[in-house]
Amino acid sequence: MENKDMLAMNRRGFFHSVGSVGVAAAVVGGGVFVGTPRDASAAVDALIAEHMGPGAVTMDKVVVDTPDKAENGAMVRIPVVVNHPMEPNNYIEKVAVFVDENPNPFVASFAFIPESGPVDIEFRLKMAKASNVRVVAKSNSGALYGFTKKIEVAEGGCSG
Amino acid sequence: MAIGSPKVRVPKDPVKKGDKVNIKTMIQHPMESGLRKDKATGEVVPAHFITSVKAVYDGKLVLDAVWTGAVSKNPFLGFHLRAEKTGPVEVTWKDDKGEEFKASEVITVA
Repeated sequence: MENKDMLAMNRRGFFHSVGSVGVAAAVVGGGVFVGTPRDASAAVDALIAEHMGPGAVTMDKVVVDTPDKAENGAMVRIPVVVNHPMEPNNYIEKVAVFVDENPNPFVASFAFIPESGPVDIEFRLKMAKASNVRVVAKSNSGALYGFTKKIEVAEGGCSG
Repeated sequence: MAIGSPKVRVPKDPVKKGDKVNIKTMIQHPMESGLRKDKATGEVVPAHFITSVKAVYDGKLVLDAVWTGAVSKNPFLGFHLRAEKTGPVEVTWKDDKGEEFKASEVITVA
């Protein structure tokens, strides 16, 4: 049952990254989150570098299985799975979440050790309006993996 | 609003060593970002949010989270662990006023 869910999640994640940003990033090569050409986006790129270190973000391995539209911006479910080994010399040491359009785009970070086991977390965040939500994972060698998705909001979350 | 009531939930039944175990945590907290205005008075509601969540299992810091006021109020946090041996999962929340909350539950490894 759980395995089946995981497979479904992986498949969706695959199409997301390849379909939306993955191709653009691959074509430009080395670009950080190409496909969101706005000023806010450049500022968030800088924030990502500040929190996660420099380097290109590969749109791979990170899957966020959340609806395209949040009913309640005060409580947007963000489940994050990172498909990466968690072994002593090859593991994910940090995951960070950013909402481009929030006044402070950095929302949260989560640090791990190999003994943490597979990265599979869930929490809820606030967003006032439609925004790209970006999740970046960093391996112990400094490789950055990412996922980005625009989430619409039916009702803003600033009052909550 | 009441603050506190930290809760940790682990599987009730014994798990096997090496199993991926789902841990659920919850705490009552306003998670005020400091950016919101009170609708009645027009005054900014002061910031008051959890800045740190740490989980220790088998003597190791398996999850070390940094939060901001953009995390939803009464925050839920779910994560997974690889079961090693019977022992507590101890979770500590800290907020920006220095208040600390703790909860723990024992994972039983058969």
